[in-house]
Amino acid sequence: MTVFIIRRLLQAAVVVMLMSVIVFFGVNVIGDPVYMLVSPDADQAEIAATISRLGLDRPIWEQYWLFLKGAAQGDLGNSFIFGEPALQLILQHMPATLELAFSALFLSIALGIPLGLYAGLYPDSRISKTVMAASILGFSLPTFWVGLMLIILFAVELGWLPSTGRGDTVKVLWFHTSLATWDGLQHVFLPALNLALLKISLAIRLTRAGVREAMGQDYVKFARAKGISTRRIISVHVMKNIMIPVVTVMGLEFGSLIGFSVVTESIFAWPGMGKLLIDAILQLDRPIVVAYLMIMVLFFVIINLLVDIIYSLLDPRVRLQDQGA
Amino acid sequence: MMKLTLVAAASALALSTGAAMAEKLTIGLASEPTSIDPQFHNVGPNNALAMHIFDRLILQDEKQQLMPGLAVSWKPIDDLTWEFKLREGVKFHDGTDFTADDVICTFERAPNVPNSPASFATYTKGKTAVKIDNYTVHFKTEAPYPLMGNDVSTVSILSDSVGCNGTTEEFNNGTAAVGTGPFKFVSYTPGQSIVLERNEDYWGTKPEWSEVELRPITSGPSRVAALLAGDVDVISGVPTTDIEVLKNDGEITVSQGPSNRVIYLHMDHFRENSPFITGKDGSEIKNPLMDVRVRTAISKAIARDIIVDRVMEGVALPAGQVLPDGFFGVSENLKPVEYDPEGAKALLAEAGYADGFKMTIHGPNDRYINDAKIAEAVAQMLSRVGIETAVETMPRSVYFNRASRGSPEGLPEFSFILVGWGAGSGEASSPLKALIHTYDQEAGLGATNRGRYSNPEIDAIIRQALATVDDAARQDLLAKATEMAMEDVAIIPTHFQVNTWAARKGLTYTPRTDEYTIAMGVAKD
Repeated sequence: MTVFIIRRLLQAAVVVMLMSVIVFFGVNVIGDPVYMLVSPDADQAEIAATISRLGLDRPIWEQYWLFLKGAAQGDLGNSFIFGEPALQLILQHMPATLELAFSALFLSIALGIPLGLYAGLYPDSRISKTVMAASILGFSLPTFWVGLMLIILFAVELGWLPSTGRGDTVKVLWFHTSLATWDGLQHVFLPALNLALLKISLAIRLTRAGVREAMGQDYVKFARAKGISTRRIISVHVMKNIMIPVVTVMGLEFGSLIGFSVVTESIFAWPGMGKLLIDAILQLDRPIVVAYLMIMVLFFVIINLLVDIIYSLLDPRVRLQDQGA
Repeated sequence: MMKLTLVAAASALALSTGAAMAEKLTIGLASEPTSIDPQFHNVGPNNALAMHIFDRLILQDEKQQLMPGLAVSWKPIDDLTWEFKLREGVKFHDGTDFTADDVICTFERAPNVPNSPASFATYTKGKTAVKIDNYTVHFKTEAPYPLMGNDVSTVSILSDSVGCNGTTEEFNNGTAAVGTGPFKFVSYTPGQSIVLERNEDYWGTKPEWSEVELRPITSGPSRVAALLAGDVDVISGVPTTDIEVLKNDGEITVSQGPSNRVIYLHMDHFRENSPFITGKDGSEIKNPLMDVRVRTAISKAIARDIIVDRVMEGVALPAGQVLPDGFFGVSENLKPVEYDPEGAKALLAEAGYADGFKMTIHGPNDRYINDAKIAEAVAQMLSRVGIETAVETMPRSVYFNRASRGSPEGLPEFSFILVGWGAGSGEASSPLKALIHTYDQEAGLGATNRGRYSNPEIDAIIRQALATVDDAARQDLLAKATEMAMEDVAIIPTHFQVNTWAARKGLTYTPRTDEYTIAMGVAKD
């Protein structure tokens, strides 16, 4: 297993490296950010000075070489816009995104699995049909629209929850979180729900399909014949079997919760990494874009690894080993 | 019945909290300041934020007219020297006295902030600040320089003891964010909020708000929703589609005012064969935009009223020059060009383009209010008089680079573009020297002349104006240069942007021509 993990991490390093090349050159193709940055009043000399201050007058391969040299020492460059180290800015915005993603994951599991279980056990009941119909909506409605509707309903019309922004934070260990305050929880609920909507639907459908399939299997029939209570059959035997695909998919989707929280963060003015990234893309703040994507690649690799490990714990038939790839 | 009581109780509660919270003001900003350091990035949102914490020697009022700030008076004492008399008895937030030393060190730091993406060197270059006594500063220049007041009015004064040697990080964490302004720095959480409290010892008019929170909410619909939900008291940058709804909402006050930003069309004046212009059959033709008759025809073919009424939903002013009425250097003789499609056709025929030609208009789609829609409207209007115009819009991150130096030779790439210009100095020399003057690398003039328009006569007048200290004479020169440029159709102004703010009932925001959103501009009715 140790060898497996080490090899996986080495593969990750290669992917991160390739990613940096693609992103660095890709962003460069779009154009240079000088005209996004300089004041319109700046004259030619000022513009030239800015170009050289940001190192944009060097050939692109040289810029990449300098970037690599910095990266080897943990310096991914300074943001053009903020003038602070890109890595530090991203880490600063990370807790907000993580707490949003974890809240969304929690909602997807806490709502999705029980509802899916119910819909799988009683497929013909009216409640199940409603749940399944609603899950189609969860799949197909665009996030930005749902987000605005949630704000209009819960903040503007009903006035129950705050419309945008992040609530009060408290320091826990080394980072600040808003999940530990009442104000913070109120603020996180709508964006987390918005972000989770698709995942809830996904969890419902996966669980329902798994339950329906499992209920017809021999081992369930056998357990029934043995006189084991329905409750035990479902909670131990069925759940254990259907959890494998659910864990895999939710694990992978967790990466996308973090990576694609951009829309939700923009709508809810949530000060996370996604918001930072989209602003950076709009203004061609290359160091942030590059650093962000590299961190994301790392994230995905680590999540996949964790999913594999959890997998092997859930299903003893799975052994973590290198398949000689 | 139960429900009614609940509603009554809820509204009573809302009223009482409303009264208790009245001293705190929360503003939802359309764009976020990138730093607390007032000299780090010369860009609108940062400059607006700086006005809360810091003062300048000269302040700009909501119409960008100059008024005394930390300087009580300023005047040229000879051709190369301006004398500033400083305000006495002003204290920084940390209790230290404001003196000439603070001014000197501020002007030393302003052009040299490390990593600054857009420094204030634009305004400080060519000026040397000299301390005469504790409350007198002389600014020396190499040549007579009339815009001293305007330039100095952009630079926030830092404190000699903590500000001038502070790093940008130290400003962001508050240790160096010590000014003399109406508000004191409390906290800054990037992407989330900036909190300020009233400076009880402010030398000028004390603000009405004991606490101010600035919250960036960049998504337009969300900003409007936050206002409607009562989470913020004032918002900037109301989306044009929401203006009517908010105006009809009894709980909201909308305020609008023209900005210093003109939206205009720039044309290729310098290439014999312009890359995005062809004959109707696709053949290569000589650049028709070099003919003033064609340029005039284009100007006449554009129905500015329709752009204003339909595309901008009334939230703009038709433009006939580079700044709206009321600004320094504006010509009284210039009116928006009348819509005259027949006249345009006649002029095109006279110039030898009776059949018209093909052209592409390029513009940004995320920079100005409704920019892409305006480009489409212009293209349709031109097609109607025979100039078959295609539209290509793109994100500003791609657009400005290509429009400024996108061609293989590093020259402006496009033939016909839609752009905007905001006169930061609040007077006409800013657009004239940047857009109309010949592109001149050495002199630093014509830097944004993306059409490479060049007219030596106009250049001479602009240069003369830039060296004329006497206000009345300079006003006339600027107006004359504008008139000549409009006569020769150097650029085609279409409209001036009008900005919209909205506030909850009981508050009013005084619109500013510089588009800044500041707590000092929010008044209780």
